[in-house]
Amino acid sequence: MNSGEIIISVEELTKVFDMGEVKVHALRGVNMNIQEGEFVAIMGPSGSGKSTFMNIVGCLDLPTSGEYILDGLNVKQIDKDQLARLRNRKIGFVFQTFNLLARTSALENVELPLLYNPDLKAKERREKAMNALEMVGLSKWYHHYLNQLSGGQQQRVAIARSLVNDPVIILADEPTGNLDTRTSFEVMEIFQDLNFRGKTIALVTHEADISQFAARNVMFRDGRIFKEKLVAKIKNARTELEALPEEDDIFSL
Amino acid sequence: MKFLNLIIIAVRSLNKNKVRSLLTMLGIIIGVASVIAMLAIGQGSRKSIEDQISNLGTNVIMIFPGASSRGGVSSAAGSAVSLDMEDVISISNDCPSVKYVSPVARTSGQVIAGARNWNTQLYGIYPEYLEIRNLELASGEMFTETDERRASKVCIIGETVVENLFDDYTDPIGQKIRIKKIPFTIIGVLKERGQSSMGSDQDDILMAPFSTVQKRMRGSRRDIQQIYASAQTEEQIQDASDEIDELLRQRMKLAKNDDAPYMIRTQTEIVEMFTSTSDTMIVLLASIASISLIVGGIGIMNIMLVSVTERTREIGLRMAIGARGKDILRQFLLEAVLLSLIGGILGVGLGTLSSTLVVKLMGWPVLVTSYSIILSFSFATVIGVFFGWYPAKKAANLIPMDALRYE
Repeated sequence: MNSGEIIISVEELTKVFDMGEVKVHALRGVNMNIQEGEFVAIMGPSGSGKSTFMNIVGCLDLPTSGEYILDGLNVKQIDKDQLARLRNRKIGFVFQTFNLLARTSALENVELPLLYNPDLKAKERREKAMNALEMVGLSKWYHHYLNQLSGGQQQRVAIARSLVNDPVIILADEPTGNLDTRTSFEVMEIFQDLNFRGKTIALVTHEADISQFAARNVMFRDGRIFKEKLVAKIKNARTELEALPEEDDIFSL
Repeated sequence: MKFLNLIIIAVRSLNKNKVRSLLTMLGIIIGVASVIAMLAIGQGSRKSIEDQISNLGTNVIMIFPGASSRGGVSSAAGSAVSLDMEDVISISNDCPSVKYVSPVARTSGQVIAGARNWNTQLYGIYPEYLEIRNLELASGEMFTETDERRASKVCIIGETVVENLFDDYTDPIGQKIRIKKIPFTIIGVLKERGQSSMGSDQDDILMAPFSTVQKRMRGSRRDIQQIYASAQTEEQIQDASDEIDELLRQRMKLAKNDDAPYMIRTQTEIVEMFTSTSDTMIVLLASIASISLIVGGIGIMNIMLVSVTERTREIGLRMAIGARGKDILRQFLLEAVLLSLIGGILGVGLGTLSSTLVVKLMGWPVLVTSYSIILSFSFATVIGVFFGWYPAKKAANLIPMDALRYE
């Protein structure tokens, strides 16, 4: 898997938040590459700078200094609108709290990023959204409203939404944080499946067992990468799911 | 984002909070409706005043002797003896903008027909008076210039006089009546006109040739109580009035700044006099109503601010997946404008409806003009943009990372 092109390249990345009297150094020089087709888990305690790092990688924020090259593009001195465009075309987000629009159908939620791409026609949008739902196994549920779906299904809708614009990387911020073990594994199964199909995924988690589903683990501490390792024995989500005791079903419903 | 998608999104989000959207709109609905209703009432009363004054005649100019005469009622007639027949003749000969001239001799008296009698206004006039005042005959015919020259004892009468002197089966034409003991023959009946703007019965009238009344009833006095004239066209009213003024000044040998012992009133002046009052009323009513429209706008701003706060995470998400600040701005601005626009449409409906009700229930003259609809409608839209701007700008300026994590 390490044969792919480098799609994210970060060099000496720093971020300083000026809080008036104090300056908070959230990142103190981070170097990292992510190759195409990789599945990286980013870990670290709160305040370690992993969220700030993800925000910069996700083009939600700009670094104070350092280089960030996303898919061959130097993300440096560009304005807010250009950042928004990058997010729209290159990045797929999955959040801990799903961040889906309530009282809206699954399909419309998935279509949402495409609405901000004026090049696409309504028919193309619908096609792409249906494809994305297909990939997370929810194509039969496209017309269901969000309140008719379970937590796991909602997160799958969110994953479909992150896929719909065919991004270079999917950034998942604690996607299993609000889910029970079984549903967490279901979601990880989907991530592993997507990764198998060639999608690049970066996942932030603080759960050690979740990080074992990724191929590479990067540990943050105090604004720096503290430890980095390849996972020796990558766990398979489907096997883990099958190994779960039966009674767990009661809770996952 | 395409405009159509924006509209769909805005309509949906308004639809999600139906009661709230409706209540917010209510401010605009009531505002627009009251602007329309107030303007309708104001313009209606203005229109009815104008109509009543146009009842006066076509391009009428009135000349009264004595500065003490006001608004068509000359007080102390006889005290001012400034106008005479020669004035009438020279006005008709020397004023090119004047079309018709008629002196008016007025008195009142008892009219007797058989066993019945009635007290009415007696007018001595030229036949042209009918043209000036826009009067028409219902039956019979008008007396002629020959009657005028001979001071014939013929007359035309109004409907009220007919009703009081004759029963329903008698044709008044050709009947003999006596006015102040002088026998007259009725040769015509005037078309009914109803009440005047001053509240007097315009059908309670008897008209005879000027010379007849002046000689036989006013004791051959030389002075003239009033002169009616009409201008050639509406545009020439002022010219005609100026010509008459100049002519009379010349004839009376007045210096430029001397006070004239006569007064000239044109129809335009009278219209202006009455409508200026109702114009003030219109402005007053409309400004009170627009205050309620502004209050409605503040309601929109208030609810939009709540909405932006409530939907902070949605805004964060939209930004994270590629919405630019201006996309968010447009979305919220459009919601505010849509609120005020729909409110405006409903308000126009309600305003028109309530104006119609005012006509039906109270019988007030009401006039809904397209001008007032366009005015209040565009005012409502402007208010939507104005009061929607701040909340929308606030939404657009949110930082996506913070908005996403907003609890």
